[in-house]
Amino acid sequence: MQELVNRAKALLADGIVQRVLGWKIGDLAYNPEPAFFETEEALSDFVYNGFCGANLSKYMIEASKKEGKTLVFLKPCDTYSFNQLLKEHRILREKAYIIGVGCMGKISGEKLKEAGIRGILAVEGADAFSPADSLTVKTLYGDKEIAYTDVMLERCHVCKGKEHKIYDEIIGESRDTADADRMEAVHAIEAMSPEEKFAFFQSALSRCIRCNACRNVCPACSCRKCVFDSTKFDSAQKANVDSFEEKMFHVIRAFHVAGRCTDCGECSRVCPQNIPLHLFNRKLISDINEFYGEYQAGDDAETKGPLTDFTLEDIEPSDAREGGR
Amino acid sequence: MQRIGVFVCHCGSNIAATVDVKRVVEEAKKEQGVVHAEDYPYMCSEAGQALIAAAIKEKNLGGIVVCSCSPRMHEATFRKAAERAGLNPYMVEIANIREHCSWIHKDMEEATEKAVILARAAIAKVHLNAHLHPGESAVTKRALVIGGGIAGIQTALDIAEAGYKVDIVEKTPSIGGRMSQLDKTFPTLDCSACILTPKMVEAAAHENITIYTYSEVEKVSGFVGDFSVDIRKKARSVDMNKCTGCGLCQEKCPSKKSLSEFNRGLGTRSAIYTPFAQAIPNVPVIDRESCIKFKTGKCGLCEKVCQAGAIDYAQTDEIITEKYGAIVVATGFDTINLDKYGEYAYHESPDVITSLELERVMNAAGPTKGHLERLSDGKAPKEIVFIQCVGSRCDDHRGKPYCSKICCMYTAKHAMLIRDKYPDVNVTVFYIDVRTPGKNFDEFYRRAVEEYGVNYIKGQVGKVVPQPDGSLLVQGSDLLDGKQMKMRADMVVLATAIEPDPSVRKIATMLTASIDTNNFLTEAHPKLRPVESPTAGVFLSGVCQGPKDIPETVSQAGAAAVKVIGLLAKDKLTTNPCTAESDSLLCNGCSVCQNVCPYGAISYEDKEINDHGIRETRRVAVVNGALCQGCGACTVACPSGAMDLKGFSNRQIIAEVDAICR
Repeated sequence: MQELVNRAKALLADGIVQRVLGWKIGDLAYNPEPAFFETEEALSDFVYNGFCGANLSKYMIEASKKEGKTLVFLKPCDTYSFNQLLKEHRILREKAYIIGVGCMGKISGEKLKEAGIRGILAVEGADAFSPADSLTVKTLYGDKEIAYTDVMLERCHVCKGKEHKIYDEIIGESRDTADADRMEAVHAIEAMSPEEKFAFFQSALSRCIRCNACRNVCPACSCRKCVFDSTKFDSAQKANVDSFEEKMFHVIRAFHVAGRCTDCGECSRVCPQNIPLHLFNRKLISDINEFYGEYQAGDDAETKGPLTDFTLEDIEPSDAREGGR
Repeated sequence: MQRIGVFVCHCGSNIAATVDVKRVVEEAKKEQGVVHAEDYPYMCSEAGQALIAAAIKEKNLGGIVVCSCSPRMHEATFRKAAERAGLNPYMVEIANIREHCSWIHKDMEEATEKAVILARAAIAKVHLNAHLHPGESAVTKRALVIGGGIAGIQTALDIAEAGYKVDIVEKTPSIGGRMSQLDKTFPTLDCSACILTPKMVEAAAHENITIYTYSEVEKVSGFVGDFSVDIRKKARSVDMNKCTGCGLCQEKCPSKKSLSEFNRGLGTRSAIYTPFAQAIPNVPVIDRESCIKFKTGKCGLCEKVCQAGAIDYAQTDEIITEKYGAIVVATGFDTINLDKYGEYAYHESPDVITSLELERVMNAAGPTKGHLERLSDGKAPKEIVFIQCVGSRCDDHRGKPYCSKICCMYTAKHAMLIRDKYPDVNVTVFYIDVRTPGKNFDEFYRRAVEEYGVNYIKGQVGKVVPQPDGSLLVQGSDLLDGKQMKMRADMVVLATAIEPDPSVRKIATMLTASIDTNNFLTEAHPKLRPVESPTAGVFLSGVCQGPKDIPETVSQAGAAAVKVIGLLAKDKLTTNPCTAESDSLLCNGCSVCQNVCPYGAISYEDKEINDHGIRETRRVAVVNGALCQGCGACTVACPSGAMDLKGFSNRQIIAEVDAICR
């Protein structure tokens, strides 16, 4: 981690970047948060450890409007979102200096709590580049041991790969953390009867409190004015007052980001109600792959997406069902 | 809130027999904003339109809903009626309670309920309608005809005769098309070339016609009255201006083993070639795939013998961009591939041929100089079997579900010609049905049977088996006698199904003209607008629209020409005001709309935006209203809802859905 801070300080000192976009120590041991650092002194709060799951790409929209370059730290999976935003002209490449940071798989406080660990004071062994196989969690009730992989985010178990898709330089090692099939849960839901599916989603979505965290964190939800905040569409709501959330909100959101979602998993990571929101997006990704051939949003900043492109060679929708281009 | 009038049409019994129109009126009256509702037997009649006009004036209506037939039939009628009564024509909505309701339902209760719902949806929409005003666009007085067969030639001649410039784009080296490959034409048996070549010459010599052969349409942009088309003139390797057409190059060319496309692969041609003697233009092309000079760099014989110095190996493809007011598609047909019909032994025996190949065999300029002989051993056949409906009227995936329409007549023609010239040859025809509607057509077929003694057997052939002695064993069934039969034949001729030329798919996409499941271009209306495509300014001529013979093709070609002339005669066209527009306050500048726009109507610009006090320069979408066709692809793709379609706004569509789901 110190290597990142030293490099950031050097880039600030040389005037190559005007600010640093990274993570700073949060109020709890397991919740570092995204932050801008304008000075070398401010970097004393900088942190990069196993809990730094937050994807910083979206913050580059605001950074792109500012004077000068911003140094941004991106994990491999974050670079997909960066590319997608670049493709959509929402951020400017020349305003970013990208340090690709190594990733050993990210863990979450929520997972610690799910494992029954309460009163967390500190976590040892969550180092970003050399994590321990077993975490030692200091709690009010004594030390607890738990395997690192047991509290890893779902998205890390189905990791797309540890290759940075865009960067200026790379610091730190990564390790392969994928040990499950990304589409397994999607196929399980597909196998359900319509009644079972409805019951599954209703039970999951009725927990929604419409806090909008999923939308606010989503790099694909980057509209200047969200349709859910616009008086133009009769869909603006500030609170969960009827069944709109369980019937429409998340479905509409999934369609809005279809073909643009990189499957970064931030929606599910931030959901305070533990709704598996990424499943909607993954179902659409699975369908796109099946109908139009394999496509990964954010693989690069140039390729046009199958849903957001028109060419004379496009296959007819009836043929799309057959699969492949 | 509008003051709305609802007008429910009986359409005689078309609607009233299945929909309780009185109840639709009563239910409509209960809707918010509806201040007037009535029914009438024929709303489109003069009297019906007068009712609407009177109600608009008396009740001071701000919008009307007509519950009637499809908007494709009478939307224009009712818009004009409203306009005459002083209402903006775009304040008219049609609830289609005929095609979408009465015609497809039997139960009156259900149909009435649906009609009421459709009316409700239209009422909900008209509340949100806005006054729209069409603009004007200029008309380029020049037409493009794609395809230089008889359909394209006739259309071009008719347009040119009316005084308008017209260009023909033909992909092969010569105009003439399929008709130039035919020997004789039914039902008069006159020589095909003798009646076609004068038209080819006339087209070539016409001052208003420009012919681009060996050329293809590469790109189409623009809209009715103002299309811009890129035409790729493929490198001919021969200078059109210098060549005298002497033919010496073809004589001397040492590469003579290429299969002749014109003779359907039954004969060969040189690498530098004109497809046939009467080709227009009479300028050869070099087929670079088989030319020794292009393959090895050595040879150059044609260049040495050409007195005119016309050979140009360095020639490259040339792109010409031209403006057109109207485009006619006349891309014609080809016969289907017979790979899936192994039972007829087409690929095993050279004595099993298609009817189009027989045309070349019978033709004096063909591979056998017009002498009827077996292609395997050159012997005169004594027994010929014709098999009809090979791939036509076929239910399975191998063939085509439709009737190719021309086969019954040309088979009768072939049978008759053979019996006439070679009376000692026995001719048998296997058929499913003989279909010969058309002037003098059935008489023609009767003559083949009665005067020429052609043996017609109702039944299909199951198998053709080449025999060791070189003959063919034909196994079929005679349905009238109810027995299986086997017969020996020296030649078998397959009446192979026709299908649209494969090039049509790409052209249809470029023109955004729709095609059906068999790749035939779709008409704007199958009965009332048969030569127009649903895309404004695009017209259909010949077999690209559906199977037809020469007389029908020529008639349709003339009809398409009339439609083009009618369009080009106008100086201005009114443009559709139902185009997309972007709300720059909501636009993210993400380019998705630009990427999905099939018409290139969307561009981006950096614009100074004042967003509730925040001033900043933003990249925002701008729609070119002249190019936009109102397809709505952008409104669906836009993630922020910034893009909207006038006349079909997101709010209007949602209001309709809400009304239906109420």
